[in-house]
Amino acid sequence: MFSYLIRRILYAVPILLGVMVLTFFLFFVVQKPETMARNVLGKRATPQTIAEYLHKRGYDKPRFINREPGQPFYDSIFFTQLQKLATFDLGVSDVTGRDLKTVFKEGAIPSLLLTLPAFFVGFIMAVGLALYLVFVRETRLDAAGALVSIALMSVPPMIYIIFGQAVIALTFNYFPAFGFELSGLTTLKFLLLPVSLIVVMGLGSDVRLYRAIFLEEIGQDYVRTAQAKGVSSTRLLLVHVLKNGMIALITLVVAHLPLLVMGSLLIENFFGIPGLGNLLVSAIQTSDFATVRASVYLGSILYLIGLAATDVCYALVDPRIRLS
Amino acid sequence: MTAPLLDIRNLCIQFTTENGVVNAVKGISFSMEAGETLAIVGESGSGKSVTGLALTRLLPEPPVIYSSGEIIFGGRDVLKMSPGELRAIRGNKIAYIFQEPSTSLNPVFTIRNQIAEAIRLHRPEVKDIDREVVKYLDLVGIVDAAKRMHDYPHQLSGGMQQRVMIAMALSCEPDLLVADEPTTALDVTIQAQIIDQLKELKARTKMSIILITHNFGIISGIADKVAVMFRGKIVEYGETATVLKNPQHAYTKALIECIPQLGVRRKRLATIDHAALELLDR
Repeated sequence: MFSYLIRRILYAVPILLGVMVLTFFLFFVVQKPETMARNVLGKRATPQTIAEYLHKRGYDKPRFINREPGQPFYDSIFFTQLQKLATFDLGVSDVTGRDLKTVFKEGAIPSLLLTLPAFFVGFIMAVGLALYLVFVRETRLDAAGALVSIALMSVPPMIYIIFGQAVIALTFNYFPAFGFELSGLTTLKFLLLPVSLIVVMGLGSDVRLYRAIFLEEIGQDYVRTAQAKGVSSTRLLLVHVLKNGMIALITLVVAHLPLLVMGSLLIENFFGIPGLGNLLVSAIQTSDFATVRASVYLGSILYLIGLAATDVCYALVDPRIRLS
Repeated sequence: MTAPLLDIRNLCIQFTTENGVVNAVKGISFSMEAGETLAIVGESGSGKSVTGLALTRLLPEPPVIYSSGEIIFGGRDVLKMSPGELRAIRGNKIAYIFQEPSTSLNPVFTIRNQIAEAIRLHRPEVKDIDREVVKYLDLVGIVDAAKRMHDYPHQLSGGMQQRVMIAMALSCEPDLLVADEPTTALDVTIQAQIIDQLKELKARTKMSIILITHNFGIISGIADKVAVMFRGKIVEYGETATVLKNPQHAYTKALIECIPQLGVRRKRLATIDHAALELLDR
């Protein structure tokens, strides 16, 4: 197991290198630093202020290889960026100048407060409902479940958000429609509506998918063996089918777990929650490319962690799989 | 004379499909005494497995409909039992061994847990479950059972897996063991071992066995009686030795013709002329 994880980390190095090169191309080749500086400084910026802005951030260096005589070849944007990311030096925001490490640390807390409860409540609800629909399979209740799930899936996310803010928050005044505060019960008040909305948005498709996974298990031979032993249908589902179905569910779920830190782009922006999703959206809007780059890089690291965690969970749940 | 252990009268089983109703079993009747071994022989789709599964209503309903008949087991009609009563019979009075041991065992539980589940369900008086599990694994010839019981199914060979299935079936001391093609998925030497195992168990316990197979070759030493099924009907029924020596029905004759024999030169195996047989049954 340990040697497997070491190998996994080594595999991650070339992938991250690829991510670095790709983001470099997007942010420094496709989009030139001059254009970015003009976006940030506004139309009235003089060539001098632009040159100053670029120099301060080191964006005026040669792009790939420094060919200036007397200077080291690696004194270029590409190598400086590479070295910074490799040492987890995220640098400062291109717009506000704040230290990005602090910015990300601050944003992670509201994001996790939003996405973690939404994930766990959503997952448990979806698994429970899916198992129940399998229990009543091929009845009218099952058909009704399919209908409701598809209806939930068919409504675009924006409609849920508008309904939540306009009807539940503003008309009935049950919850605040916007804002966030990090202090005990008040936080809960701000989070309840957005968390519920995330759960409802994902519920339909998750229930359909999990039901299909469990239905496939219920047709297996071992289920008939358990029935022939006299096992009750409840135990059959909750013990035999659930444990086998979990193997398939884990692939779908665990890889995305670390990404929960990155928050939710849509919900955070609409509800004014100062999480990492909100950070990314406003960074894109203000051409704060240092922040966007850091987000992309952190996101890919988290995804790689998720994939490794998936493999470990596989080995824990399925005795047929051994990591070596 | 005491009542028979199992008495099936005019059993009809239908499957409802999108293309209409399919009659899988068309009015079969037979009875079995306690301790007797019956072989049900027939080709794929003849209704033999459906009959075996129907004994404890293991077929999914719907699509299956028991349109008529009775399955009297221990004096009561299985077709009229509640789900709870059925569960009390399954595994406890009537136990099963299936065709494909590798998929019939649950891959994510140890064999100890799977056998223990049956014992816990039907024999709550057993205190030392591990000892009981080892006892039955020993009985079916698993070497070093105390250690092997913590294995998962994939760690065992096909023959061993089938022995585990047999141990699991025996662990609740059933009155009737239904072996549904128990050797079909195994290679020939293992087939012989499993059949020998069943023979030995039959001699040792007083359990009745229904052996469902398409292979006439394996039944001679083990079955007292044989029922030949063809297209949902029993076309021939009798003492095994008599049927093998002197088959009456054309289908039985053709099936016996198909048994390959070592050292006998044959150009082609006999084919079964279904159209002619259908006419014969009208």
